[in-house]
Amino acid sequence: MTYDGAAGAAATRAPAVSVRGLGKRYGEVEAVAGIDFDVVAGETFGFLGPNGAGKSTTIGVLCTLVKPTGGRATVAGHDVATERDDVRRNIGLVFQDTTLDGYLSAEQNLRLHAELYGVPRGVVADRMRQVMEMVGLWERRDSLVRTFSGGMKRRLEIARGLLHSPRVLFLDEPTVGLDPQTRSSIWGYIRELKAREDITIFLTTHYMDEAEYCDRIAIMDRGKIIVLDTPEALKASVGRDRVQIATDDDDAAIAALRERFGLDATVAEGLVTFAVESGGAFVPRLFEGLGVPIRSVSVSRPSLDDVFMSYTGTTIRDAEATAGDRNRQFAKMMAR
Amino acid sequence: MTTTSGELTAPAGGREDGPAGAPVARVHVPARSLAGDLRAIKIVWQREMIRFSRDRLRIATSLLQPLLFLFVLGGGLSRLASTGTHGVDLRTFVYPGVLAMAVMFTAIFSAASIVWDREFGFLREMLVAPVRRGSIVLGKCLGGATVAGIQGLIVIALAGLVHVPYSPVMILELVALLVLLAFSITAFGVMAAARINQMQSFMALTQMLVMPMFFISGAMFPLAGLPAWLAFLNRVDPLTYAVDPLRRTVFAHLAISPAARAALVPGVTWFGWHVPGLLEAGVVALIGIVMLTIAIWEFGRAE
Repeated sequence: MTYDGAAGAAATRAPAVSVRGLGKRYGEVEAVAGIDFDVVAGETFGFLGPNGAGKSTTIGVLCTLVKPTGGRATVAGHDVATERDDVRRNIGLVFQDTTLDGYLSAEQNLRLHAELYGVPRGVVADRMRQVMEMVGLWERRDSLVRTFSGGMKRRLEIARGLLHSPRVLFLDEPTVGLDPQTRSSIWGYIRELKAREDITIFLTTHYMDEAEYCDRIAIMDRGKIIVLDTPEALKASVGRDRVQIATDDDDAAIAALRERFGLDATVAEGLVTFAVESGGAFVPRLFEGLGVPIRSVSVSRPSLDDVFMSYTGTTIRDAEATAGDRNRQFAKMMAR
Repeated sequence: MTTTSGELTAPAGGREDGPAGAPVARVHVPARSLAGDLRAIKIVWQREMIRFSRDRLRIATSLLQPLLFLFVLGGGLSRLASTGTHGVDLRTFVYPGVLAMAVMFTAIFSAASIVWDREFGFLREMLVAPVRRGSIVLGKCLGGATVAGIQGLIVIALAGLVHVPYSPVMILELVALLVLLAFSITAFGVMAAARINQMQSFMALTQMLVMPMFFISGAMFPLAGLPAWLAFLNRVDPLTYAVDPLRRTVFAHLAISPAARAALVPGVTWFGWHVPGLLEAGVVALIGIVMLTIAIWEFGRAE
């Protein structure tokens, strides 16, 4: 399928998710501060940002679990505030924390879901087998879920989220807390799913490498969408290489970079960090002219980390350290 | 701000139109209906049954307490109380109270599982389903009532050991009363669980309410000649209206002297008026329905 063909198909289909001026305030805390975006039917759309940026609150609103305090949003053509049941029938959910019953078997968990969602009786058995085979758990269908590893539970939750053929699958941090190998296998299942089912995937992540799997990503920070585009376009927009140096005197190095090279540098992850075009060629000039002893140097091509940094002025890991408070407040709200 | 939200452009190499893998059994989820709500009630009830049948330890421990009250406390105190019971075995007297207790604790434990469900996240899976929240609450209450009813049957099986005959009519009446009591207690527990996030808090609350309710209800003593303050508390205690008909039902099938009957089963009075057994059961049912309504309202409201 060509690019034009996809765009043509998208033009005839309503957006899977449409958000206008959406806001959510918890007392003094503005978790989501008026955001706008559309998700095209059939794409994989990622929300990227540090913990506490407002990603989970946004997902909560779109899943009808959180009432917005401003703006409106539709999912699969239904308003999340006024047509909650219609939205719920058309979405699948995989939350950050497990929502399985450990004392039931894998199959019993899925059957309970099928009954709650009113999946027609004639297709329940076939559909359960299909989704369990997809995530490689069909052989373990009779095992109690509490005997499953974290990765198996997440796979079962993805299978359960798909059981009623939702039009939009929401994945809130689908790989958080999993080891790298399991993370990549979860992504394998998500890609396979995209090939098999006519489905839109909306996910949040704070792993930069995972955002690369998305068709488009929105970078969110402090309740606002900072930028929204394809990963390639975002990286191209940065254009410059990232240089990180360890020095004996960071303040002197930052001052020297500004005076002698006209570069704005900051300290990120304990290293003096700045962006420069063709970083490899810049390093010899740096050693010659900085005047502050340098202990190590690293140069990297632009990554989504740099995209995040160029739009927010901080790395995602540093942003997480300061967002802890907001996040804890949110966790308290969601616990109810 | 360079959001491209206005233009609906799918990315290059986007989704294939046809499924690439095995044929998809596509599901169409129907709109909300009464049939859908009934399915939800049934599956939530079934889950309670599955979990109860797996939990052998819970069945055993919940049986231990009634046995202690009946044979250790009842048996031990019977030598002190023999003059006051007009020749009736104290264990026979407390038997209906122990029945109520067994059912009550099982029902509260069933309701407590909602707090576990919330702590372990499973509650959210049920609350985001496209069914009425009331269906989930009702399924839970019916499940609790069934489990407690089974527990009651086990204690009914012990009747012969305390000189109570196995009359089919009596057993039917007892089961009906016990299921009603279990339903009301579960509804009360679910209502309380709607606002409580932690198991410790729930246990503290039930200790504070359920134990006094049990002691004040007259499960362990006859209602005749109580001090005024205790008589007042007794009439206010909802459990009184479950224990008294249970005891009347059991004693209706015993051959004892009229004096013993008057002393041990005087019945509940309101300002001197004898409350009929059916009205007592009605009080329990009414309280259950009120609790259920509040519980449904609370869960429907929660985000």
